[in-house]
Amino acid sequence: MELSGGEILFKCLEAEGVDYIFGYPGGAVLHIYDALYQQEAVKHILVRHEQGATHAADGYSRSTGKPGVCLVTSGPGATNAVTGLATAYTDSIPLVVITGQVPQAMIGTDAFQECDIIGISRPCVKHNFLVDSLENLATTIKKAFHIATTGRPGPVVIDIPKNLTDPKVKVPFHYPSEIEMRSYKPATAGIMGDVRRAVDLLLSAKKPMIYAGGGVILGESSTQLTALSRELGYPVTNTLMGLGCYPASDEQFVGMLGMHGTYESNMAMHECDVLLAVGARFDDRVTGQIDTFCPYARVIHIDVDPSNIAKNFPVEVPIVGNTAHVLDDMLAVLSETNRRPDSDALAQWWDQIKSWQSVDSYNYDRNSKLIKPQFVVEKYCELTKGEAYVTSDVGQHQMFAAQFYRFDHPRRWINSGGLGTMGFGLPAAMGVRFAHPDAEIACVTGEGSVQMCIQELSTCKQYDVAFNILNLNNGYLGMVRQWQEFTYESRYSNSYVDALPDFTKLVEAYGHVGMVIDKPGDVEGALREAIALKDRLCFLDFRIDTEENVYPMIEQGKGHHQMRLNPRRSEFV
Amino acid sequence: MRHIISLLIENESGALSRVAGLYSARGYNIESLTVAPTDDPSLSRMTIVTFGSDTVVEQIAKQTDKLIDVVRLVTYTESPHVERELMMVKLRAVGAQREEAHRLVSIFRAKIVDVTDSTYVVEVTGDSGKIDAFLAAVPSEQIIEVVRSGVVGIARGETALKV
Repeated sequence: MELSGGEILFKCLEAEGVDYIFGYPGGAVLHIYDALYQQEAVKHILVRHEQGATHAADGYSRSTGKPGVCLVTSGPGATNAVTGLATAYTDSIPLVVITGQVPQAMIGTDAFQECDIIGISRPCVKHNFLVDSLENLATTIKKAFHIATTGRPGPVVIDIPKNLTDPKVKVPFHYPSEIEMRSYKPATAGIMGDVRRAVDLLLSAKKPMIYAGGGVILGESSTQLTALSRELGYPVTNTLMGLGCYPASDEQFVGMLGMHGTYESNMAMHECDVLLAVGARFDDRVTGQIDTFCPYARVIHIDVDPSNIAKNFPVEVPIVGNTAHVLDDMLAVLSETNRRPDSDALAQWWDQIKSWQSVDSYNYDRNSKLIKPQFVVEKYCELTKGEAYVTSDVGQHQMFAAQFYRFDHPRRWINSGGLGTMGFGLPAAMGVRFAHPDAEIACVTGEGSVQMCIQELSTCKQYDVAFNILNLNNGYLGMVRQWQEFTYESRYSNSYVDALPDFTKLVEAYGHVGMVIDKPGDVEGALREAIALKDRLCFLDFRIDTEENVYPMIEQGKGHHQMRLNPRRSEFV
Repeated sequence: MRHIISLLIENESGALSRVAGLYSARGYNIESLTVAPTDDPSLSRMTIVTFGSDTVVEQIAKQTDKLIDVVRLVTYTESPHVERELMMVKLRAVGAQREEAHRLVSIFRAKIVDVTDSTYVVEVTGDSGKIDAFLAAVPSEQIIEVVRSGVVGIARGETALKV
């Protein structure tokens, strides 16, 4: 079978089981769009900006575990996709982003819409390819999917010069079912000796902690992590990226850790004597001041990426491997031994943790006459029974969503944790919708973030994409304002968003439903109405308390044991 | 501390920039970097001299090894190895300077590879210390131009960096 470059591309995507691609046409990809038009296996979602395409593909991927795929043109099409690439790269999300390039003969001539996207994207992709011949196209696509989805996942760019997709030039097509790369062989199993040492160390603990991150979700190992944690009876904390990898409703769950994590999880990290870190990378927002991080702990670290181990913090038992594989091995070792955790020590440890829990560090004023952002998220969680897919943007609303929505399953909490990309939430929710046509989905956002990719409301209209946008509107770039209050003596430099649009009119202009909610008593009714309206996108503009802060907080330079608690905490009933 | 990292990388366009980009992005030091194809034309061999604490160099090695195109990587710091660097130095060679240059060339087992009425080009091979020593021995006003290849290294004995 002889096919053109464009035809080969779609045959390959079909073979990879790709059902949706998110993209935007342009000169360098016109041949590809013509081939797209003539096939049916792959459905194309036309976004309004290439950044939206990458975030939508990202949301699709995070909510399914499958790679997200984008198609954009050369030059500005490709550069617009860069923020999305960096977002996916920092959170290890598998994307395959196909960019058009000017014809090979014109590369390097400053041709119209030419840019070196290979050079530009290099630091924010797992790998990238400039396709050099039509004969190599199919193999390159195979390699791209292989690299994106295995080991520590990440985005891969395939840059295709226009002449390689010329419909008149055809070559025999063969898509390899497997690919071997001598330069890329990601780890799977950990070293058994290390696994045994890890189990020994865990069983010797008096004050153990399990610290699980996004790697548990990416490695599809939530079941194993939950089984191991329950077998041991140890407290579990999750990173922002790990939320949902251990059920939040479980009594062994002590909440998120880090800058805006619970008091109990951070205190327990500080006091623990053995720390099991799984699929987590000791990020600065998690550790706080690194010199004071886990001062008494002997650390076991399981990660598929060897460069994550001992990068920020020394580790006693490093295990490089796929988290599911390693946790299975640990469970097997545990089942072969008669040793069990020291139950007296564990009981004392739990007593200590419960005393920290009694501080109730997330508590807020439930009797306020103003809408509290925490209340909106808490109510939404209650009404959706913790089963919704929740995307977010970046800032205070993101932290409130992470603190107050209880995620019991992996892949339900979708946020830009590493790069912190404002504008992520709306297009990501759109991507989640294509993957989960019947699920309840909300984008928790703020009036600052949501405007960064608001043009995608138009895409949502075109494809009848319905979900709820919970806009926690305080008229401020809230997190910036909070830091300015705490560390710049309330000099609110450019954190006030003047001249906000009338969001209701705006979303109505895009063909959706808008509501303004400005009284706490109306929150539940509005949420119920929006949830019931299954086939419409609802934008709920909650006018919240403008100066609410996210508590507790580890400020810059402070350790886990030095959290700043809400000073009015004890006044709240 | 100074470390030598040697690696085999797929001989593809942009391979060098992947390595160089990684070092600048992560703030790693490069003292020298050499690259050339090997006996297998599909592979290039790269030698990087870097410096930093053991922890930093361990990270450098891991991050470099993580690049998809890197096939194999070794760090020579602690294992027995031979390292060499080649320098060509153009010297002012007039009158008594000519005789003095000859003496230095003999002491350092170097070679004169180009001669004019007023200049010599001297080729010096050795580890970086020897090359530094040669330069230190020549009066600075006599040095017209210096070009150094950067370090290449290879393990002693049976150990080999091969695919």
